[in-house]
Amino acid sequence: MDITRFTSKKFLIPAIISLVILIAMVTLPVYGSLYMVILITAILMFVILTVSWTLFSGPTGYMSLASAAFFGIGVYASAILLPTTGGKLPLLVVVVIGGLVSSILAFGVGALTLRLRGIYFAVFTFGLVELIKQVLLWWENSVTGTRGRYVMLVENDVIFYTMLAIFMLLMLTFFFLRRSKYGLAMQSIGENEEAAAHRGINVTMVKVITFAISAFFMGATGAIIATRWTYIDPYIAFYILYSFLPVMMAIFGGIGQIYGPVIGAAIFAYLEEVLLTKFPYYYMLIFGVVLVAAILYMPNGIVGLVPRLVRRLRKGGSAKQHAST
Amino acid sequence: MPQGIITFLDLAIGGLLLGGIYALLAMGLSLQYGVARVFNVSHGEFIMLGAFGTFTLYTVFGINPLVCLAIVGPLTFIIGFLLHKTMFTRLRLLAPNADVYAANSMLATFGLMFIIQNIALLAWGANYRAYNYLNFGVDLWGAIFTANRLVILGFAIAIGVAFYIFLARSRIGKAIRASAQDPTTAGLMGVNINLLLAICFGLGAVMAGLAGTLMSMRIPLTPTMGLNYTIIAIIVIVLGGLGSIPGSFIGGFILGIIGTIVTYLEPSLSLAAYYFIFMLLLLIKPTGIFGK
Amino acid sequence: MLVLEGEKVTKYFGGLAAVSNVDFHIDQGEIFGLIGPNGAGKTTLFNLVSAALVLKSGTIKFKGEKISGLKPYQICRKGVARTFQSVKIFGNLPVRENVLLGTLFGRPTTAKAANAAQETTELLDFVGLSQMSAMAARELTLVNQKRLEVATALATKPELLLLDELMAGLTPTEIAEAMELVTRIRDRGITVFMIEHVMKAIMGVCDRIMVLHHGEKIAEGAPQEIATSKKVIEVYLGE
Repeated sequence: MDITRFTSKKFLIPAIISLVILIAMVTLPVYGSLYMVILITAILMFVILTVSWTLFSGPTGYMSLASAAFFGIGVYASAILLPTTGGKLPLLVVVVIGGLVSSILAFGVGALTLRLRGIYFAVFTFGLVELIKQVLLWWENSVTGTRGRYVMLVENDVIFYTMLAIFMLLMLTFFFLRRSKYGLAMQSIGENEEAAAHRGINVTMVKVITFAISAFFMGATGAIIATRWTYIDPYIAFYILYSFLPVMMAIFGGIGQIYGPVIGAAIFAYLEEVLLTKFPYYYMLIFGVVLVAAILYMPNGIVGLVPRLVRRLRKGGSAKQHAST
Repeated sequence: MPQGIITFLDLAIGGLLLGGIYALLAMGLSLQYGVARVFNVSHGEFIMLGAFGTFTLYTVFGINPLVCLAIVGPLTFIIGFLLHKTMFTRLRLLAPNADVYAANSMLATFGLMFIIQNIALLAWGANYRAYNYLNFGVDLWGAIFTANRLVILGFAIAIGVAFYIFLARSRIGKAIRASAQDPTTAGLMGVNINLLLAICFGLGAVMAGLAGTLMSMRIPLTPTMGLNYTIIAIIVIVLGGLGSIPGSFIGGFILGIIGTIVTYLEPSLSLAAYYFIFMLLLLIKPTGIFGK
Repeated sequence: MLVLEGEKVTKYFGGLAAVSNVDFHIDQGEIFGLIGPNGAGKTTLFNLVSAALVLKSGTIKFKGEKISGLKPYQICRKGVARTFQSVKIFGNLPVRENVLLGTLFGRPTTAKAANAAQETTELLDFVGLSQMSAMAARELTLVNQKRLEVATALATKPELLLLDELMAGLTPTEIAEAMELVTRIRDRGITVFMIEHVMKAIMGVCDRIMVLHHGEKIAEGAPQEIATSKKVIEVYLGE
């Protein structure tokens, strides 16, 4: 890695923009309304899910549909470890635990399925969220006798900053991972897995570890957002939508570059907010229609719509090579 | 008749019944994934539609659920066929390669799942609905079995076998199998691929719709019931071997029997049991029973 | 010293024996050729050595150590590298990064960043691709893609290099250059095991040649012997 990479224009412009946005975010609770803080927290959540998904599925090409499962584990971890009454652990500890438990699950799932063809990975991860939900429902019914849990109240600003911290940690991880030799290894796996294996890359291990890392952030995000939702039951925590939204947002925003998923997620999250407020009864249906319309008419995502803007922000790689998946 | 044997027969019939339903579901999904190459995440929603459709037809219009089979079947076919002709054909022609099509079509089916579920929620509400049909007992060799179970079992197997014969013997069936093997050559030999893939997708939807109609006689319905069945159908087609219709048939029965036993021992852990088998399968022979 | 030994190497695809009870050995510093009609099992044998496929029975040893049963990345790190019949490179990555990948991952001990960069430059030079180091690999011509694949394989510092039909699809000039490249590789101390259809090439550079037919070894020896063997001529002129 040579220094000139950091001072070239391609790097400086996005870096400066990022810095400006970062400062705006960190100071948000000072100048922004409560509504804004909550909205941005929600948007950050989607951005984290999308970028984490992209961290693994982007370069390797393995479509993970387990995001909802990892996210839900984090949410549920908070529900168990941060009750409204009784012994509680410090918030940050719970957030980390939520992340770690998700990572461990991801490691197991990855070790089992990432040795096989992509379709097995996709279908296995697809059912995970429903599986965990049903097991937890059974557990709540038969073992603990509870029906849903209440999570302790946390101040909105604290929630916001925790989310922001997770986001920043994720972006740093994403950035350095992509630039490191493991990032190169992952890209080569996505390009030609057999060749990568023959050049000395322990392909399965690289995939599994990256998958586990991506799951950590999903779990951590779930853990903190649970304090916003306050009432958690398996239906609320484990919702299949959270498996597909990150995929859609990433594809919509463009996977090849680091800012793509961020933009895609921000747009979709804001759209969801708008629809939720304007059409509270029908918003899910409208959202679904928007999703389908987006896939049908913009299969190449935003990259097709706003090419020049995206090109300025892009770090490298043409639209063609990273179109859609 | 001794209680043990009654329990055994009970489980056996229950297992075959559930197995028959699973087999229909899986064969439908197998057709959609294996031939039309769409990983249809909304498959379960067609079950739900078939079930709720039958519910409404029976409770509102008094139409016999078995007669509903003849209504639900063509309706779901038309819906599936049209969906494919409009949405998926467009996606297929726009996609630069097969992988992009696979991903986009899957995402589209997810959007579909979302839309169908929410329409159902608006139409029927979130509460569980159910109706009674053929709920009386039938005396077989001294043991009592609910009539509708026997009827469902019979119809499930009949539909499954009919479907299989259709695939094996009819002209369309042959065209389908040819396209599954080699779409390009099939196209060159005069098969209208666009039409055929839409037909396959429609047929897949029919299997789900009919399964839904049959199931609606026995279980309570809710708009969110579909996802569970989609996942089960997926596990069955992996168990049977991706792309193998006979595999889906047999795999369905295997899972159905296991599911019935597990439900008998510990209700609501059946999906966990299926996933356990799924895990074993991926560890030992991912390609499934009839997979290559 | 024996670099590679195969004993009763066997592989079935369904009921068909792709490779059947093949014994072979390669000495250090040799250029060992493998020829045979299409479908004879040559690439399958390579796949068995590099662990792209798993043996049905028999053993393969590298420098006296059994390698059948290891994973491809482990075999690579032990010092066996290969190229593929359908050139396997990382198309969207720049040429340079293709080779860099080999230096970073192909050795038992990780190379330091500075060394890796230097070796990459040297290897690109060795195969003649220095001018194109920033190009995306898929934009190269076929012969350059083959060069790239060789460089990437060499980046893993192998003691044994398996070349699968390096000359396929090349013009006569390119074939001559490729032959020269193979000799230069041997001069660096690397043993070469090569599959070829281009007879002139294989007769020209190889020290010994093995002939496979329907998965079985039917002849082995110096180029002269093979060229004049009745059995071999029959097999090539068809049944």
